[in-house]
Amino acid sequence: MDTIFTRGPSLNNRLALAVALSVLLIFVDHKLDGFKSTRVYLNSFMSPLQYLANLPSVLLSESAERLTSQQHLIEENKRLTNQVVKMSERLQRFEILESENAQLRQLLDAPVRPQVRRMVGELMAVDNNPFSQQVVINKGAIDGVYMSQSVLDDRGIVGQVMEVGTTNSRVLLISDLTHAIPVRSVRNNIRFIAAGSGSLDELFLEHVPHSVDVREGDLLMSSGLGKVFPEGYPVARVTEVVRDESRPFARVKARPLARLNRLRYMLLLWPHENESKSENTTAPVSDTAQEDSP
Amino acid sequence: MIVKTRHYAIFFSIIIALVLQIMPLPIQVDMYRPDWVLIVLAYWAMALPHRVNVGIAFLCGIALDILLGTALGIHSLALSVSVYVLAANYQRLRNYSVWQQAIIIGLLSALYHLVVFWLQHLLTDVYFQFAYLWPVLTSMVLWPWIFWILRKARRQLRVT
Repeated sequence: MDTIFTRGPSLNNRLALAVALSVLLIFVDHKLDGFKSTRVYLNSFMSPLQYLANLPSVLLSESAERLTSQQHLIEENKRLTNQVVKMSERLQRFEILESENAQLRQLLDAPVRPQVRRMVGELMAVDNNPFSQQVVINKGAIDGVYMSQSVLDDRGIVGQVMEVGTTNSRVLLISDLTHAIPVRSVRNNIRFIAAGSGSLDELFLEHVPHSVDVREGDLLMSSGLGKVFPEGYPVARVTEVVRDESRPFARVKARPLARLNRLRYMLLLWPHENESKSENTTAPVSDTAQEDSP
Repeated sequence: MIVKTRHYAIFFSIIIALVLQIMPLPIQVDMYRPDWVLIVLAYWAMALPHRVNVGIAFLCGIALDILLGTALGIHSLALSVSVYVLAANYQRLRNYSVWQQAIIIGLLSALYHLVVFWLQHLLTDVYFQFAYLWPVLTSMVLWPWIFWILRKARRQLRVT
């Protein structure tokens, strides 16, 4: 059984092979981006494990839903009704403003902003990898999710889709080290690039000259430049400005408005859909998956 | 070759380890998550080094890379190297007591995390935080229990 003849290559050779293969894979995947299309299949192949891992939390939240007391439900109902009334009042004002804005834009011959299709996705898994910040949501290519689609929560922009599987997809958070988002200060329309810091509650504004008018508390909206994120969604609030003249640029920190550490329901947007097809609200055909990659 | 049917135990334990490795946990507990896959592979590599060694570790690493969304090859390289160290010294390590083995596992886990960090650092400029090394301690604490459970499973199912 355990003879020298059935053992195959020696341990050292195996290690050399594994290391060589790994290095090759890292190179092809990271530098050449060669697994872009294969990753979909790999993710779909592995997704049963993800569902399995997610099962305890699903069961827990389901049993918690069943065991909530009547008191709790009544309270929640009250709170939500309250919120709906407030929201609908704001919506009424918003609708008037929107129509007014559309009229004004028509007068200026500027294109009227279309309504965008959206969909609610639920958090499936959070990555425990400390070096990158990604979450998995339960919507995939079947639902029309495409690469680099914008994802929001109820406060602001969360991130963008980086990998699409059949039934789930992976979202890169704006606080990831490799992520940056073009933003605009609401107060004075100055444009910045907000890069992720690697920690969930911090963004850095990059290459800000010392003379630029930026203050603590400035609200930063997505500027829509770069064509990945739609314009006008809140992203972050400036928390700290350090103007150290010995450095080439001012150090500006901002805090994401989206609650990245307690994500549950997220909103997926299809901002580019109306540009190609005017009033098509059905699920987009699968070719949108390729057309919007940056 | 009679025992060939029993290998599902190895496969099954690795699947459980993968699931535990990616299971969503609250963010406060998350950084203490032990390296389930590494521990289970370490047990099998020590107990049956001709069945589980660098090849299986490489495949598990690829699975981890897909599940965690890292660049393909990072975890496979780290796991292959760590399991190689075990498989090359299994005769010596078997004679150690469980507590001594736990220390070895801790060192291996540190090696694993440092290799992963180093590779990630090459690809993207991540910074090192000592919180990344918490799993070393939890893996050490976990090792005796995993050792006990898997040995029991291996003896009862007669996996060879």
